[in-house]
Amino acid sequence: MKTKGTIDSTRLSAIKSSTVIEISDLKKSFGEQHVLNNISLQLLTGENLVVLGKSGSGKSVLIKCIVRLLVPDSGTIKVLGEDVGGLNDNALRVLRMKIGFLFQSGALYDSMTVGQNIEFPLRRIKKGITRKDTEDKVKEVLEQVGLPDTADKMPSQLSGGMRKRISLARTIVVDPAILLYDEPTTGLDPATSAEISALINDIQIKYKTSSIIITHDIACARITADRLIMLKDGEVFKDGTVDTFEKSDDAPITSFFK
Amino acid sequence: MGGGEIKPEPAQRRKQSFLTEIADVSLFISRTLKETFSRGFEFREFLRQCFQIGYKSLPLISVTGIIMGLVLTIQSRPTLVHFGAVSMLPGMVALSLIKEMGPVITALLCAGKIGSGMGAELGSMRVTEQIDAMEVSSVNPMKFLVVTRVWAATLMIPLLVLYADVLGIAGSWGGANIKGEVSFVLFFSQAFGHITFMDFFPAVVKTFFFGAVIGLVGCYKGYTAGRGTESVGIAANSAVVQASLLVIIVDLIAVQITDMLTS
Repeated sequence: MKTKGTIDSTRLSAIKSSTVIEISDLKKSFGEQHVLNNISLQLLTGENLVVLGKSGSGKSVLIKCIVRLLVPDSGTIKVLGEDVGGLNDNALRVLRMKIGFLFQSGALYDSMTVGQNIEFPLRRIKKGITRKDTEDKVKEVLEQVGLPDTADKMPSQLSGGMRKRISLARTIVVDPAILLYDEPTTGLDPATSAEISALINDIQIKYKTSSIIITHDIACARITADRLIMLKDGEVFKDGTVDTFEKSDDAPITSFFK
Repeated sequence: MGGGEIKPEPAQRRKQSFLTEIADVSLFISRTLKETFSRGFEFREFLRQCFQIGYKSLPLISVTGIIMGLVLTIQSRPTLVHFGAVSMLPGMVALSLIKEMGPVITALLCAGKIGSGMGAELGSMRVTEQIDAMEVSSVNPMKFLVVTRVWAATLMIPLLVLYADVLGIAGSWGGANIKGEVSFVLFFSQAFGHITFMDFFPAVVKTFFFGAVIGLVGCYKGYTAGRGTESVGIAANSAVVQASLLVIIVDLIAVQITDMLTS
């Protein structure tokens, strides 16, 4: 299996040493259950960081804390230099305009067509955008995700893979600087998973995004990862490239890679 | 007993949970009001909700309104005939419909149809992360989903009640004509001849509160639904039960206030 580094070295050269997300000593519990325990990590500009871990290891909780859908118990999260925990509602809204979030379920709005789903954030974030520009942008992102003729369809008429693609189109339509993917290939067949993984790489190049990809799909991780982090018992167990993970003899890692 | 954490007794836990719920509801209402008057009212969504709540309820309210008037007339007529007061029938029916039956029965029907719809729709949006998706894409879901629905219900339910009242009186005319012949104009002029401003005005005012209660309860139950699919059913069900109960309570309070003002 080809890893990302062997596929396209130009993408890796786009990664800079500056950080877009910096998490320090993050803790989050739900009652007695400690989900995140002193997590610290950084996302570099232009990089795809894959977060691996077993179900229930706190991967989704981690990215929900980044956009403050969940409030951490302690620790700091800096996104594009802003301390997420200290932002008021308006500042948080402004920051969220720069972050795209792909939900595991796709989270398409059932009562709207595909076109309306994509227009929805665009019209609200880019105020004053003309009807023509909106239509052009919707068309552009639908072509980018490979579904140009679906604008008038309802989400209920789409397959799982198509829903993920449309959800991705809705996420990138506002040109976010950061993308957070919550299990983008879960529930998809291997071929569709590979297509979605390739699409994640295409988007990274075209829109110059920095991304955190939460997954336990090792094929997706191999295709998309510039760097990998494994979470275990709410802590960062290992941080490295795909190669270092492939060569590791640690039991939690080998259970994924071998 | 060991030196561990002291856990509250079940009764105490229920009390805490009740108080927490009251606090949550208060916060929800104050946030709805705050978002109503902040910039960027979602007018298109508000109109869409008015259409959903108002126009789409018309068949149900039409049938109910006509039957309400018809049944009231058929059941009252023998008693009034017995006392030789059959000429009072239009006025009595109109008063009953406008002051009490029209508002309460329409509101209870709306609590079932609209309240459960809101609870189920917002609940399923919560479960499928659509509300979270709105939030992370910098759209204020309270403003888009809750404010529009609550105000649409507050404004549409009084209109539906007036519509039900008129159809109820028309149904009553139909009922009166089963065993006699009364002209439409005579029946309506007799009906409205008995209605004063103080019969009509408090009855209309209370329907705005009915609408607000139904909208708020439906939205609150759906918006705060849990994460499992089971919670969608719970949200829809509890929205109907609590909205219906609150409609009756608001009616009781409204009647007391009206009585104090008119006596």
